[in-house]
Amino acid sequence: MRSGKWYGSLEKVLCFLVFCVLALVIIVPLVWMMVSSLKTNREFLTDVWGLPEVMHWENYVQAFHQGVGNYFFNSIIVTVIAVFLIVVIGAMASYVLSRFEFRGKMLLFLFLIGGMMISPEVNLVSLFNLMKALHLYNTRTGLIVVYCVFELSFTILLMRSYMLSLSKEVEESALIDGCSIFQVFLCIVLPVCKPVLASAALLSTMFCWNEYMFAAIFIESNKLRTLPVGLASLQKALSTNYPVLIAGLTVSALVVILMFLIFQKQFIRGLAQGSVKG
Amino acid sequence: MDRRKGLPSPADKVVTTMNIYKKKRIIILFLLPAVLGMAVFVYYPLIQSLWNSLFEWNLFSSDKSWVGLENYRSIFTDGNIWITLRNNVLYAVISVICQVLIAMVLAACLEEVFMRKFQPFFRTILFLPSLISMTVVAILWKAIFNPNTGLLNAFIHAIGFTDITPQWIGDANIAIFCCIFISQWQGMGYCMLLDLIGIQKIPAELYEAARIDGAGTVKRFFYITLPMGKESMLVTSLIIVIGSFKLFTEIQVLTGGGPGRATEVLATAMYRAAFTNDKMGLGSAYAILIFVITMILSLIQLKVSRSGQE
Repeated sequence: MRSGKWYGSLEKVLCFLVFCVLALVIIVPLVWMMVSSLKTNREFLTDVWGLPEVMHWENYVQAFHQGVGNYFFNSIIVTVIAVFLIVVIGAMASYVLSRFEFRGKMLLFLFLIGGMMISPEVNLVSLFNLMKALHLYNTRTGLIVVYCVFELSFTILLMRSYMLSLSKEVEESALIDGCSIFQVFLCIVLPVCKPVLASAALLSTMFCWNEYMFAAIFIESNKLRTLPVGLASLQKALSTNYPVLIAGLTVSALVVILMFLIFQKQFIRGLAQGSVKG
Repeated sequence: MDRRKGLPSPADKVVTTMNIYKKKRIIILFLLPAVLGMAVFVYYPLIQSLWNSLFEWNLFSSDKSWVGLENYRSIFTDGNIWITLRNNVLYAVISVICQVLIAMVLAACLEEVFMRKFQPFFRTILFLPSLISMTVVAILWKAIFNPNTGLLNAFIHAIGFTDITPQWIGDANIAIFCCIFISQWQGMGYCMLLDLIGIQKIPAELYEAARIDGAGTVKRFFYITLPMGKESMLVTSLIIVIGSFKLFTEIQVLTGGGPGRATEVLATAMYRAAFTNDKMGLGSAYAILIFVITMILSLIQLKVSRSGQE
């Protein structure tokens, strides 16, 4: 039985159609979002399908003034600093765990990656009290610290196994030639680890940029809100002017989608590296 | 030690390197930030939660009264807990079906010769939603689900069913499926992409040999793709199930647990107890419940992924 005969063209067409339907289910809501963001509130409420008579780009300006610009800024600050810290602290810890010898190393490693078993949700209530006690409540610093800590376990797991797989000869001859540990770490280990650093940075960026729960509960003032929480809070403020809210959603979605389309190759490579399960 | 083997240098120099790798100061300096952070913000709050779950207390008064296991008892006698757990389980089951089984079938279809041409297109389109943050997805779908002005009912009316107007997230019977749906809408393409990468790692000779032996597409899927991907599918399933018990954002933004308590899940119940009703003890008890469930599942996952490595 040849596969070509067995596998008729009807199945092929069907398979293709299934994918077309799935693609439509994804594209239509996104296109609807973009179109709706250019309508007036009246058009939005009365004509669900229709195109706007005039493109109301000022919805975007209004969204920006309603706080979206500010939320963007906060999200960028929090994400950039948190991701930088995650990568640096994670790389430092992984370097020591993969090269140095000391008693209790395995135990410490388990302590560090054990954090993966404790989800943010479990700690939410206690962390809320802790943040208040440490005066980190309602600060960007507090958010950065918790993001950092909750991404560290996975980052260390990822980086340590990568570092263990590297050959240690170059590092050791550098050490013998009199380089300090810091020089070796900065000039040899980190450059060689670039792929895994990029992958860790990508995954933590996605976490920090999208995180909602901590940001919703640990940040009180509107000025400090990050994008996800800010947009959620705009729902109430803009319940009478939906297109402006949708303009905010569109901006937030488009920025990430454009970034993805530009860096698609690197992006998928990074994801694949981070998805080595187990 | 292995690492000595590769070094042609004199023995004393090797010893120096070894000594550098034992320097306590460096070890402490490099590990301290990570260890301190984990201890203060991960392990200490966990112990706090455990301890606090045994008291009745609220945020703005300092008196805590010991109630023992009363908080846990009230969770299980509340009556809502079974709806809550059912929602978590429902989410887990549907997510595993969509994001593990269906995603795998879709990935296998995209790898078929006749689909190769379109693969990059469909792969990219299906992956797009997973880039958008869950909050944005939830707000967008909230607008789409709106029974009067939303896209979905407009679509239903447009294809001829003008006499029905489902309330979607306003209907206690459908709301949870709407929440689960947006999660699949967002996550399926991501899982499919990972499965695609997995399939592409399977040696092409296997498929070639099967084809020569006369195995059709379906047979090749069941005898090569599935067995090769079995381990990773099992681990992915467990990760998804663990995630289902931590579910929060989708529900909180889309329905807030409503209408009534119809879409309540463990994490939103915890949020409601702690931050809406200011019963911090009860909230902590929910947190510990989530912890116990996810911990057991994580240990199973660890066991499974270990056995897969051998």
